[in-house]
Amino acid sequence: MRRFMDILLACIPFAIIFLSWQLLSLYGSFPEKLVPDLGQIAQTFVRLASEGVLWEAAKSTLYRLLLGFIISGFVGVFLGILMGRYKSVEDTLLPLISFVYPIPGIAYAPLFVLWFGLGDVPAILLIAFASTFIVIMNTWKGVKSVKPVWIKSAEIMGAKSTDIFWRIVLPGALPFILSGLRLGLAAAWRILVAVEMLMSVKVGLGWMIFGSQTFLNTDVMLATIALIGLIGVILEKQIFEQIERRTVVRWGMVKG
Amino acid sequence: MNEKNKSNFPWRTLYRGLAGFCCALVIWEIFARSGLYSKALTPPLWEVLSRLKDMLEDGQIFIHTGSTMLRVLLGLSISFAIAIPIGMAMGTSRNAERTFSPLLSVLMPIPSLAWVPLFVLWFGIGNLATIMVVIYASIFTLTYNTWTGARAINQVWTKSAFVMGANKNQMFWYVMLPGTMPYVISGLRIAFGRAWIAVIGGELLASPDWGLGKIIFDAGEYLETETMLASLVIIGLIGIAIEKFFLRRLEAATIERWGMAQSTTN
Repeated sequence: MRRFMDILLACIPFAIIFLSWQLLSLYGSFPEKLVPDLGQIAQTFVRLASEGVLWEAAKSTLYRLLLGFIISGFVGVFLGILMGRYKSVEDTLLPLISFVYPIPGIAYAPLFVLWFGLGDVPAILLIAFASTFIVIMNTWKGVKSVKPVWIKSAEIMGAKSTDIFWRIVLPGALPFILSGLRLGLAAAWRILVAVEMLMSVKVGLGWMIFGSQTFLNTDVMLATIALIGLIGVILEKQIFEQIERRTVVRWGMVKG
Repeated sequence: MNEKNKSNFPWRTLYRGLAGFCCALVIWEIFARSGLYSKALTPPLWEVLSRLKDMLEDGQIFIHTGSTMLRVLLGLSISFAIAIPIGMAMGTSRNAERTFSPLLSVLMPIPSLAWVPLFVLWFGIGNLATIMVVIYASIFTLTYNTWTGARAINQVWTKSAFVMGANKNQMFWYVMLPGTMPYVISGLRIAFGRAWIAVIGGELLASPDWGLGKIIFDAGEYLETETMLASLVIIGLIGIAIEKFFLRRLEAATIERWGMAQSTTN
């Protein structure tokens, strides 16, 4: 009964928003093209989904996200570990990274277009570039947070330096590395849509929104935005929470 | 102790940091002068610097920067004014929590920049659309953090205030609100980061008359790479300045002074 009430209460704000949207769309003085009613949006969503346009766009967007994220994951974790392990690397790279870090990745978009042309390559590179820094910073902090006592005791017990790295430093830093990767993926996701708009890729969710703007297809835009939100939830909730539950939470390093 | 600290000044760290910067700049300069890419695309440092100087002398850059900052400030203030009451309500009342949290979890994962083309259709090109994007980018994080903060308040505080006879008003103003502050401020920090991305992206896509994103976009159209790089330097400097001189100080003046643990969430 309580659960039922919870669900009912959760529906109220949606009901209010949907209702006021519907009223605005049907009786408001706005052109119907700009404020399509809910039935129309749902219809468009179903139409685009059954024609496969939506999946095609989602697939190429996710492909860009994945490629960019893999690059930034490797580069970021690698550099972060180097910085955490060697003081000289940390001293050399940290000021440089701290300068570039606060510049929003999206600001580089026109520059990347000039350098690498339009399309997939600059989009993937920019996604990688924009999400690398947060991965570096978190990995670096993680490696630094590994307790020296652990390393020392392993040394005393005769562990080799490769063993120390693989069995102590890396697992010890893993909670930070994972949260860095998650933040990196979120950062990449947040700008990817806009990057697609600026780089005029051939297919993609962002491009679909941008392309629909020209033809005033507000229903297509809203349907695409709904799918984007859905993908965002899945990325955040499913993938990373699963990874964290299987590793750092299971090892008792972080509370679940 | 002071003496010792002075002699232990990390000269080596400083030298290495400078070396890192110099290395990056030298590599860029070699690359720029090598002719691998056309000079228009990779201008040598000197040209970037002289363009930066020109821009500062010309003074238009200050209007661009000012309008970008104004948009961020306005958007953040509106977000703040809406997010704090809702977040506090969610943290203190079960009903408010059940009403707003589903909405939050649906809207929060949508990247703010996905809305730009739609906002442009609804609110027209320019200021309003950009400010709306800034609000969208910042409001949910702020609400979420306020909510979490209000829930995470130490039970001992509320109970002891209650035992000492605090009424509802006092409870709110003297216990709940200050207790939530660490989370609000760390939320403000994240919100600023997102708003900063959103404003630049919004300016790139919604092309208002003035703004740092607008300069970069225009420079792209006219192949003025040195203007782009100079603007990126300015954007970086502003970001650092706000982080160091505003957000850090705000934390130092509030959370750290009140002796509360600094909550580091990114």
